[in-house]
Amino acid sequence: MIRTWEDLKRETERIREARRRGPPVQVLVSMGTCGIAAGTQPVLEAIRKTVADRGLDRQVEVLQTGCMGLCHSEPSIEVLDRVNGRDYLYGLVTPQQVPALLDIGAEPSKGLLSVPRSWYYPDDDEQSNGRPQARLVLRNSGRIDPERLDDYLEKDGYQALAKAVVSMKPEEVVELVAQSGLRGRGGGGFPTGKKWSFAATVEAPEKFVVCNADEGDPGAFMDRAVLEGDPHSVLEGMAIAGYAIGSRRGVIYIRAEYPLAVRRLFTAIDQARKAGLLGRDLFGSGFGFDIEIKYGAGAFVCGEETALIHSVEGYRGEPTLKPPFPAVAGLWKRPTVVNNVETLANVPTIVRRGAAWFRGFGTPGSPGTKVFALAGKINKVGLVEVPMGMTLRQIVFDIGQGIKGGRRFKAVQTGGPSGGCIREDELDTPIDYDTLRNLGSMMGSGGMIVMDEDDCMVNVAKFFLEFTLDESCGKCTPCRIGNKRLFEMLSRTCEGKAEPDILQRLETLSLVIKDTSLCGLGQTSPNPVLATMRKFADEYCEHVHDRRCRSGVCTALVRYAINERCVGCTLCARNCPVSCIAGERKKRHVIDEAKCIRCGVCFQKCKFHAIDRV
Amino acid sequence: MIPVIINGMTVQAREGSTILEAARQLGIRIPTLCNFEMDAFGIKHRLGSCRICVVEVQGRPNLAPACSTPVMLGMHVYTNTMRVFNARRTVLDLILSNHPKECLTCHKNLHCELQALAEEMGLLEIKYPGEKAQHPIDLANESIVRDMNKCIYCRRCEMACNEVQTVGILSGVDRGFMATVAPTSKRPLAETKCVFCGQCVAVCPVGALNEVDRTYDVWVALNDKSKTVIVQTAPAVRAALGEEFNLSPGTSVTGKMVTALRMLGFKGVFDTDFAADLTIMEEGKELVDRVRANRNLPILTSCCPGWVKFFEHQFPDLIHIPSSAKSPQQMFGAIAKSYYAKKIGVAPKDLVVVSVMPCLAKKYEAAREEFRQDGVRDVDIVISTRELARMIKEAGIQFAQLRNGNFDHPLGESSGAAVIFGASGGVLEAALRTAAETMTGQPLEQVDFEAVRGLSGIREATISIGTLDLKAAIASGLGNARKLLEAIRAGKAHYHAIEIMACPGGCLNGGGQPYIHGDVSILEKRRQAIYDEDYGKAIRKSHENPYIRRLYEEFLGCPGSETAHRLLHTHYYGRPNT
Repeated sequence: MIRTWEDLKRETERIREARRRGPPVQVLVSMGTCGIAAGTQPVLEAIRKTVADRGLDRQVEVLQTGCMGLCHSEPSIEVLDRVNGRDYLYGLVTPQQVPALLDIGAEPSKGLLSVPRSWYYPDDDEQSNGRPQARLVLRNSGRIDPERLDDYLEKDGYQALAKAVVSMKPEEVVELVAQSGLRGRGGGGFPTGKKWSFAATVEAPEKFVVCNADEGDPGAFMDRAVLEGDPHSVLEGMAIAGYAIGSRRGVIYIRAEYPLAVRRLFTAIDQARKAGLLGRDLFGSGFGFDIEIKYGAGAFVCGEETALIHSVEGYRGEPTLKPPFPAVAGLWKRPTVVNNVETLANVPTIVRRGAAWFRGFGTPGSPGTKVFALAGKINKVGLVEVPMGMTLRQIVFDIGQGIKGGRRFKAVQTGGPSGGCIREDELDTPIDYDTLRNLGSMMGSGGMIVMDEDDCMVNVAKFFLEFTLDESCGKCTPCRIGNKRLFEMLSRTCEGKAEPDILQRLETLSLVIKDTSLCGLGQTSPNPVLATMRKFADEYCEHVHDRRCRSGVCTALVRYAINERCVGCTLCARNCPVSCIAGERKKRHVIDEAKCIRCGVCFQKCKFHAIDRV
Repeated sequence: MIPVIINGMTVQAREGSTILEAARQLGIRIPTLCNFEMDAFGIKHRLGSCRICVVEVQGRPNLAPACSTPVMLGMHVYTNTMRVFNARRTVLDLILSNHPKECLTCHKNLHCELQALAEEMGLLEIKYPGEKAQHPIDLANESIVRDMNKCIYCRRCEMACNEVQTVGILSGVDRGFMATVAPTSKRPLAETKCVFCGQCVAVCPVGALNEVDRTYDVWVALNDKSKTVIVQTAPAVRAALGEEFNLSPGTSVTGKMVTALRMLGFKGVFDTDFAADLTIMEEGKELVDRVRANRNLPILTSCCPGWVKFFEHQFPDLIHIPSSAKSPQQMFGAIAKSYYAKKIGVAPKDLVVVSVMPCLAKKYEAAREEFRQDGVRDVDIVISTRELARMIKEAGIQFAQLRNGNFDHPLGESSGAAVIFGASGGVLEAALRTAAETMTGQPLEQVDFEAVRGLSGIREATISIGTLDLKAAIASGLGNARKLLEAIRAGKAHYHAIEIMACPGGCLNGGGQPYIHGDVSILEKRRQAIYDEDYGKAIRKSHENPYIRRLYEEFLGCPGSETAHRLLHTHYYGRPNT
């Protein structure tokens, strides 16, 4: 039981000493949801068996960690070899490769895929040192076993909480966070210190800290990685927030679709309570804090803070008007601070290292780092954490290693369904909250979807709108009906049924929806439409006026025809799923347009550029 | 008071008031749709969800809903800019694009707030047409039709059901374009604890919620030569029916109504008030007995079928305390099909009893299994005040020009005590007039018990009857009823008698009355009309009604007799609270 800051320091020292005396080699196995789905479990079992078979128990410690961020190379394994002073990072590991992987000291065998270190820099001193990534939020993710409190304590866990409650006044903590310039990582970018100070100054018999873990953007999994990889950092951040605003109760609102994260959170809360790191009278300061977990049922709109609060209270997850703001009347009408997982995970480091240190990362307006879930047509799909101010070009081409299959980059969507797309000519903009907004997009929670020349931008807008349509709570008219109408107009555009004035109506309606919707979801829902209309106007015009889709995605607008380059190889005819291509060997083939389903298989298969897409 | 600048004009607005209210002070009407307020009942539905009322507020990035945005010091508001017009028109366009626009065949034709808004804003075309959300129509009960295809999702019904009535069956379900209001799991109302009070219907701005229209069945019965069709009319109907014919609210139209009913072809035009007097005889006796024995108190009134169903579902542990007396409607039916049928020599199955009620729950009540003798329903068809108006219009009767008629005998005579059943507090007052004389054996000097009158949700009064200080309470609106019931259950409330009416203000604000669109002043006028009729009556106490006396002499014996129990009393059943 840790009763004082001294206890904690002693405990941390004890753990570190034990580690020094422990096995010199650590094998870290990526056991996040994604890793497990990719097949890490049998690899882990093979590792344990091999270690046991070879009697390596005293030399090798096997750790299951959270996500390392290497989606493109799961299952991924890291071997930290203290004896030889070497680290190896392996990707796409199979159980068969495990024996070779455990040949400690030997050079990695050729059969193993070694992941480039430039891509992934887990770094204990948390400094970027010119490397592309800087790991502040993901400092422990993939580095520790999230189900062991000792691992977290070893990495200075709960030192920040102890420092705050023992040596600082609540208002000093608020001031420190304000000084750090930390902004809400959930998407809006509201200054966290300001949010805290609002709640701190309201007098109330009870206050709440709510952690928003209702991550719902399509393709976004930043928060899940933190919760699965380093749950204690979120708990510590919440407790510090509680101390700062005068709250003794925290609630984590987490979507039920994250069962592993939920389990690890429960484990972490239980451990923290037993160790005296949550509960009454923390570190002898008199301050107490405890945390409970509430499940979300997978509604995107519940990421909006008022909707989230209603959902926690057991009501339908619907936004209500602000004011009153949650900081004044939130959960159960008490002052409430709602912070996103990533925001809270930043807090302990800021308290421990100071505001100036934190401001060493990022831009003056947006200090710190941002975690992005890099997805889409990119070579290295994964989770990255970069300092604010990095350009999209660096993220897409340096870290992400460019576009799959050597296709041409077309755009990248940030901010998920609330954001917009960014064109190639805008790639050199240093990204932070404000520059992205100026580009007609937004930071959002960190989803980043890369699109190439095969993507139709009208269809992309339609895709995001369809998501919003499903996820709108339906409360206000513009979002409920307006988005449906936008979607219908885009569908007609993609089907070649657009009216001549449709572009003007799309824009007008989009602007009204932005101007009149009740909550952030509705106010940003037309962003993908407006951004693609503005930046890819020619594609829209082609769809509407020429009835043409240059990427061939909108099948209703595409026709395939065989030109004179055809040598009669029959490849297209053999691959056509509806057998609508006829022709004799070595003679030019023809497509029966009436039967053609415009799947594009012939176009992809032809080696002679003999099929035209018109 | 704080200064607010609207369209360049300064107005001193009350702190905490809304932009909508401040604009009204300047004579600016900002259109609204979902907004609904009835101060007298504490109703403030400021959801801000339809977005028709959006205005420009300087310094705010987005348009603000005037109905729910509080004024702030020095706020600059613009209600008529191009940006506002454009937004407002687009929002209306969207609502209409998802609305069936079957105005000519809609119950709410000319009573519809959306129709009025469209007229006011003069939208001439739908710029954003598209698919309409399709929802099944719930027709599976006696009282209420829910056609969510016409719903504009203002959520007033939800507010009425949950906040005002605390029945708690309606809520938003599903998402996005398919979002709608429905009971949990989208069950039909008949499978829920819905009490059919019809307050959801009363507040619905469009034709999504309506009564089950039975006018056609009445026409069929009236034209069936093998049937004798008689009608009873509830006390609150006469105070509101005139509104449907452009008579000013508060005009009592008893005489014209009687004439109109006779013109429609009813063989006997009777008054539920007669049965109300009978109710007082039975319930009054029960009150006196229970007070004298000082047990099983308080006694609760049981005239209101919405209230009866409410306690059956929500307070099944207390079903022994309401009076066992049937409601006046059902007493009338029972007497009509026994005493009256025999008197005129018609078989009960050939006697059709039609009720005109201010209420939709009465439709449900008349269909309850226990209210029939030998398989024949005591009350065959129940129509609302609105349906009666429709019949009168369809028959081409020029209502305003009618001469006054008189109710038929013997079931048409009533006392003033019966008339006031239509207002909250009336049943209790009527009971007191009779109980006081029964208990003291002395005639009452003052029959007006002002202390129990009013529209407010809960009232209490202590009335001296001889040596007894009788403690009484009145609640109208089921949310208020719940408060009293919970206090009783917790042993914190000690009353002798409690009157409860499901609808706020009592039957004059029933779910079947002409629509008032939130105008409480109309209720006040109806209330006045009811009490005026009471003052004007020669007989003002139920037990002095000579036809009631004769009924007991000829048929029932005395209040509480075996025949009375068989015909005039009922049982209650615990029902599931879901």
